[in-house]
Amino acid sequence: MERKEIVKRVNEILADEYEVDESTIENEANIREVLPIDSLSIVDLVALVQSEYKVTIPMTDLPKLKTFNDLYEYIYTHLPADTTA
Amino acid sequence: MNRVVITGMGIWSCLGISLDEVRKSLYEGKSGIVFSQERKDAGFRSALVGNVPKANLKGILSRNERQPMPEEAQYAYLATKQALEQAQLDDDYLIKHDVGIIYGNDSVAEATMTALDKFRNMKSSVACGSGAIFQSMNSTITMNLACLFHLRGINLTASAACASGSQSIGLAALLIRNGLQECVVCGGAEENNMYGIASFDGIQSFSIREDEPTKASRPFDRDRDGLVPSGGAATVIVESYEHAMRRGAPILAEVLGWGFSGNGDHISTPNVTGPAQSLTMCIKEANINLSEIGYVNAHATSTRIGDKREAEAISSIFGDYRVPVTSTKSQTGHEMWMAGASEVIYSMLMMKNGFIAGNINFENPDETTALLNIIPETRKTYFDIFLSNSFGFGGTNSTLIIKNL
Repeated sequence: MERKEIVKRVNEILADEYEVDESTIENEANIREVLPIDSLSIVDLVALVQSEYKVTIPMTDLPKLKTFNDLYEYIYTHLPADTTA
Repeated sequence: MNRVVITGMGIWSCLGISLDEVRKSLYEGKSGIVFSQERKDAGFRSALVGNVPKANLKGILSRNERQPMPEEAQYAYLATKQALEQAQLDDDYLIKHDVGIIYGNDSVAEATMTALDKFRNMKSSVACGSGAIFQSMNSTITMNLACLFHLRGINLTASAACASGSQSIGLAALLIRNGLQECVVCGGAEENNMYGIASFDGIQSFSIREDEPTKASRPFDRDRDGLVPSGGAATVIVESYEHAMRRGAPILAEVLGWGFSGNGDHISTPNVTGPAQSLTMCIKEANINLSEIGYVNAHATSTRIGDKREAEAISSIFGDYRVPVTSTKSQTGHEMWMAGASEVIYSMLMMKNGFIAGNINFENPDETTALLNIIPETRKTYFDIFLSNSFGFGGTNSTLIIKNL
């Protein structure tokens, strides 16, 4: 799977789940400023990534994911072997 | 002891999603029952159901506020918004005062199933999502509404099967009468999806008159063959008379009495003595003569044994006085956890608008239901006091007596 595919799909599913305009999701934008994420709803981001990519983000890694770019990169580098391009 | 009054009502049901729509449906004898192909295809023995409009809270509540809300909590939110508005209880007042909530609910099946399906499929608890725990607790309605409406008094769910809604009003009245609360949001809600009642269908309790959906729910009729499930939500605002006067709120009626009892025997088959005890207790607390009761809204669900036993109980209490009786479930089907509250609202709408909605589909009595004065078609008449029965599995019984003001 190519990285740009991940960017496109992640933006689509996050915009849909968190009910924000997809155009507000930019590479260097802060995830927590763009999406209505609090201590509970962050769980839905983890669940979405897990469901879509079989990538489990441990809660201890969440603070490292500040921008959307961090998230794309995390998914790309943790993809199960059989889904990597 | 404080007098307890009703100052607001709200409804989301198969007869309408506003008090005015429901009043009209009641008067016109409209049935809210339809056939569901989805249920038939899924394996239901009886695919009849109340046609309750889905709630859409997008644009009303934020995404994060909606996450913890299952279907029934969404209905309850919309009914409660109406009720608070009628009672003239705005956000500012609710934030500054200790208004409580006691709401009837006794299942969260679809929400629980959906979350656990995700858990089992993904083998991950995170897959359940952030709202799942709050959606799949029986107290989901009270926890959601208390947060959304800033309710800071008692916060309690009444789970008493099909008497839940009625028990919620009775409990609130008890607290207010004794000065422990001044104002309580009460009601009942019922999920209307097929998962909530699939197992109920499995015990052969539902009518199989699928070729005539609007004739399937026929309480007290000789040819009744089971109930029809429905759902939605109904909210009633109760408060002390002094509190309502102090606020300048519109006082609609007074809760004169609450009676309750347990049958203490069979889990699903009702008896006569339990319900009769509930009626007796309620009438005693209301401190009125039987002849002052102008209308009885029966629990009668359209099952053979349940309607018979209730007819015997009402008849044994009222004796020679032929009080008018109907079951609004003839129009709505059985709204279960919601029914005790919705039927108070249906009766209130009749009392306030000078009619008794006919017990539709009552064509012939059987030898027991003939003991009652069942009104088959809408009758224009005035009454100032009504009695409402609600009974549930496990033999839980609740009766309310309410007076026009």
